[in-house]
Amino acid sequence: MPEVIVRKTIVSVEDIFHEGGPVSQKPHRRGAIAAVIHNPYAGRYVEEITPFIEDLKPLGLKMAQDLIAAMGAKPSQIEGYGKGAIVGSGGELEHGALWHAPGGYSMREVVENSKAIVASTKKVGAVGSRLDVPVTHANASYVRSHFDSIEVGINDAPRADEMLVILVMTTGSRIHSRSGGMLASEIKGEDGLK
Amino acid sequence: MITAKIRKISTVVEEIHQEIGKEISPTTRRAAAIAVIENPFAGKYNEDLEGLMVIGEELGKLLGERAVAALGIEPSQAEGYGKGAIVGENGELEHAAAILHPRLGGPLRVAVEKGAALVPSSKKMGGLGSPLDVPLGHKDAAYVRSHFDAMEVRINDAPRANEILVAIVVTDSGRPLPRVGGLEAKDAKGEDGLR
Repeated sequence: MPEVIVRKTIVSVEDIFHEGGPVSQKPHRRGAIAAVIHNPYAGRYVEEITPFIEDLKPLGLKMAQDLIAAMGAKPSQIEGYGKGAIVGSGGELEHGALWHAPGGYSMREVVENSKAIVASTKKVGAVGSRLDVPVTHANASYVRSHFDSIEVGINDAPRADEMLVILVMTTGSRIHSRSGGMLASEIKGEDGLK
Repeated sequence: MITAKIRKISTVVEEIHQEIGKEISPTTRRAAAIAVIENPFAGKYNEDLEGLMVIGEELGKLLGERAVAALGIEPSQAEGYGKGAIVGENGELEHAAAILHPRLGGPLRVAVEKGAALVPSSKKMGGLGSPLDVPLGHKDAAYVRSHFDAMEVRINDAPRANEILVAIVVTDSGRPLPRVGGLEAKDAKGEDGLR
């Protein structure tokens, strides 16, 4: 069973007060956490890679908890989320897909109202590559005010035999949200969509 | 009361667990606190930059405290620091100087307790997503070689033309595997800011 080896982590929290419009008393808070881990399958084709999913679960859970703590939020205050992975040049895109279950279900375990699927992006990239990680409402994917994305990257990662695994969360809608569509106040919260 | 018109604040904490395969324990950590503010002097030449000096003083306190809080340490546990600014295209380089140099250091030194050493700095003009390498040094003795470093900071949507990005970095450690000699932190007197 491959071991999860973490080289470094970064946590970033962004408070947005305005974007040219009215200044909000309560800033829109967006957080991202990324771990740079060794890719146990780098450098060759390995057919059976699913055991690593199980190995990644404790890391996913810890990252979800650490991110909420860094955002100074309660699990009930998280309204949006997303996930992503950047695979170093010695790996293949499919290695990034190993993050779907440990990344997604760890957040859904921790975030209180989280019926919605966790949106994601992934790619193979060089050191310093940046990934736009999509954000959607955690309880209803159709809520338009919460569609967003957070750019995440680390200047010295991922190296060829590494992967960057990422979780992002937000505490509300875009700061000047006014493009119509379904509102968070209209959520039924049954099917994860509406 | 803050006079700076802040659009956003971002904090980043980086924690190094391994470097070239060697375990780093305890982890080395550095935190950047970054504010994106409106440049009150964008678009025209202003002889008097007092307004930006006041903003520098405010941000020294705000960002210094945020960086220390992000590391979750006592002020006395801070070991290194640095500062920097990126001025959007409608400003001038001197605007960064007015924020960084006259008054930002005082409140920053309160936030990290002491701080006898000069705060190393970098500045430039830039656009959205420009990266800035913020130089780092030991807060009490500039010659401590293990703490010479830099942290890259970057915000994808800043600075806009009429904005300035201001960054303060605080560390609780030096580089992960220092071994190039020079003055060591344990031998620093920390009186003159140099040794």
